[in-house]
Amino acid sequence: MKVILRNPRREVEVAGGRRVKDVLRELDILPETVLVIRGDELITADQVVRDADTIELRPVMSGGAR
Amino acid sequence: MKCRKCGGTAVLELRRHNAAFCAPDFLDFFRNQVREAIRKYRMLEKDEHVLVAVSGGKDSLALWDVLLDEGYSTTGLYLDLGIFDYSIESRAKCETFAAARGVPLIVRSVAEEVGAPVPVIKNVTRRPPCSGCGLSKRYLMNRVALDHGIGVVATGHNLDDEAATLFGSITHWQTDALARQLPALPASHAKLARRVKPLYRLSERETAAYAFLRKIDYIVEECPFAKGATSIAHKEILSRMEDASPGAKHNFLFGFLEKGRAAFERAEAVELRECVRCGQVTTGTVCAFCKLADQVKRAT
Repeated sequence: MKVILRNPRREVEVAGGRRVKDVLRELDILPETVLVIRGDELITADQVVRDADTIELRPVMSGGAR
Repeated sequence: MKCRKCGGTAVLELRRHNAAFCAPDFLDFFRNQVREAIRKYRMLEKDEHVLVAVSGGKDSLALWDVLLDEGYSTTGLYLDLGIFDYSIESRAKCETFAAARGVPLIVRSVAEEVGAPVPVIKNVTRRPPCSGCGLSKRYLMNRVALDHGIGVVATGHNLDDEAATLFGSITHWQTDALARQLPALPASHAKLARRVKPLYRLSERETAAYAFLRKIDYIVEECPFAKGATSIAHKEILSRMEDASPGAKHNFLFGFLEKGRAAFERAEAVELRECVRCGQVTTGTVCAFCKLADQVKRAT
């Protein structure tokens, strides 16, 4: 399955057929630091993603002069 | 995962609340948290005009959206920092948002007000870019509010921002900063607008989810100068704590506000004066903004 990462934007291929939380663990991403987007929907970490899926892991952290 | 309220499919899990919500119930939860923030700190009167500082990012546009939804009369303020394509794109996001909702947006350029854009200020001062940027933002937000007769400025600071600021202040035991860290800062001088942070009860993941679900077109790319910023490092540390112990950030910030902050309030108030140059409020003779503008002028 395809995973879209941001800042900078890039794509990686990982195995599907497992839960989002397992994908996040493989990519060493903390669940609290991203939104998981499939199509035009948000999905939770217990959802199973398939090989044919594309998900975006959109970072939520912003910083600098706030 | 099921929505705690309706039992439908959840779109977002909030571990610190031991809950998950579907989209409509999450939006309700979000609005309730903003209402509670405004009520608890008496941030806004229902009929007063609010200047909303917007950057084009998720937090400030989510804030503007929710305040409009709640019926507040608002004007947006976008400060053009002159940070290459990032500023061009973020300004366009704010203009599109304002135009779609038919609400006014004021745009001010840091280059015009200070004498140079943030990338030049960074080189002139040889300090982290966020330093001159933050100083300019605070100064200009207040001055624009005064110029337009608006008594309150709302910013999109969220729970993570506030927890990271608190962490930084404690790391250096900046007792002045600890005394001032509040979700609502009063107008302690006739030339100071009130500053309020209605999103302080919501994490940045929650503001991002709100913006996404409300289909707000915000700038996802990070400011190019934010990379390596101390605030980001502090957020990463706090996120690891949160992952190990959900609610850690909330407890850290809310515990400080409820139990710790009062200990840092000064017995004697700082004397506030007016800058001899620009007339804005300062603790010295010439304010930090005018000193920065002088430094830029000398170097360019």
